[in-house]
Amino acid sequence: MSRDASKIGKRYPPFEYEVGREKIREYASAVGEPSPVHHDREQAHAAGFRDVVAPPMFCVVYSAGAMGPAVLDPEVGIDFARLLHGAQEFVWSEPVCAGDVIRTDVSVKDVYEKGTNVFYVFESVSTNQDGSETSRGTWTNIVRGA
Amino acid sequence: MDAGERIPQLTVTPDRYVPHRYAGASGDFNPIHIDPEFARAVGLPGNILHGLWGMAQVARASVASAGGDPRALRRLSVQFRGMGVPEQEVTVSGTVRERTDGRVLVDVVAEQAGNQIIRNAEAELELS
Repeated sequence: MSRDASKIGKRYPPFEYEVGREKIREYASAVGEPSPVHHDREQAHAAGFRDVVAPPMFCVVYSAGAMGPAVLDPEVGIDFARLLHGAQEFVWSEPVCAGDVIRTDVSVKDVYEKGTNVFYVFESVSTNQDGSETSRGTWTNIVRGA
Repeated sequence: MDAGERIPQLTVTPDRYVPHRYAGASGDFNPIHIDPEFARAVGLPGNILHGLWGMAQVARASVASAGGDPRALRRLSVQFRGMGVPEQEVTVSGTVRERTDGRVLVDVVAEQAGNQIIRNAEAELELS
């Protein structure tokens, strides 16, 4: 068993992110998402959203502050010179709208070796101000063998 | 959307400054994405696209195939492989693997110049 495997289950302090309307618009523009529900409040209301709604992948923006300390944790010991973002999964629940406050909790889900590579898998769980889950992410980082 | 059916292809050519705008929007300022000189110094062909920008294109194609409602996308998993670069067309294509009740599972891939930059992507859609 890898020495790193002893970190499985480690949890990090939650991170809170306040979702701004302009940030949603900026993100939507950067990924080329022209749908009016991501830009226009009236259109978002008409489609049944409380406010301008974030594109699904905006979850990387509100969870980044929680992921950083986990990936950088010296106890986990990721070697950044040989790091690859190998795989990513998100499961979405409640939509995220401007004005929401999203709390994200991160934990080390798995650490394992496959061949000469080491896989570091983190899980993020994000909930809104009502306690409803908005998204859940599985982040797989691969450190290539020397 | 029935098994075997292809979803509408999405094509997008990220302009030279897309990585800079995505860096600002996402907060990921890793210099391999925005500094061509730095990228070349670490052995890359030049600054490369953010993998999560590519995943956002896969998400976009998936949502569009379900009629455009962002709530339709329930799950997306991807593997990042080859590197994407700015100023070359990215093509996202997909095929419906199965449909059960209102849920549709789509296999998706993103390619650039014949090189898969996102592979084994799986999108789960809920049709209203």
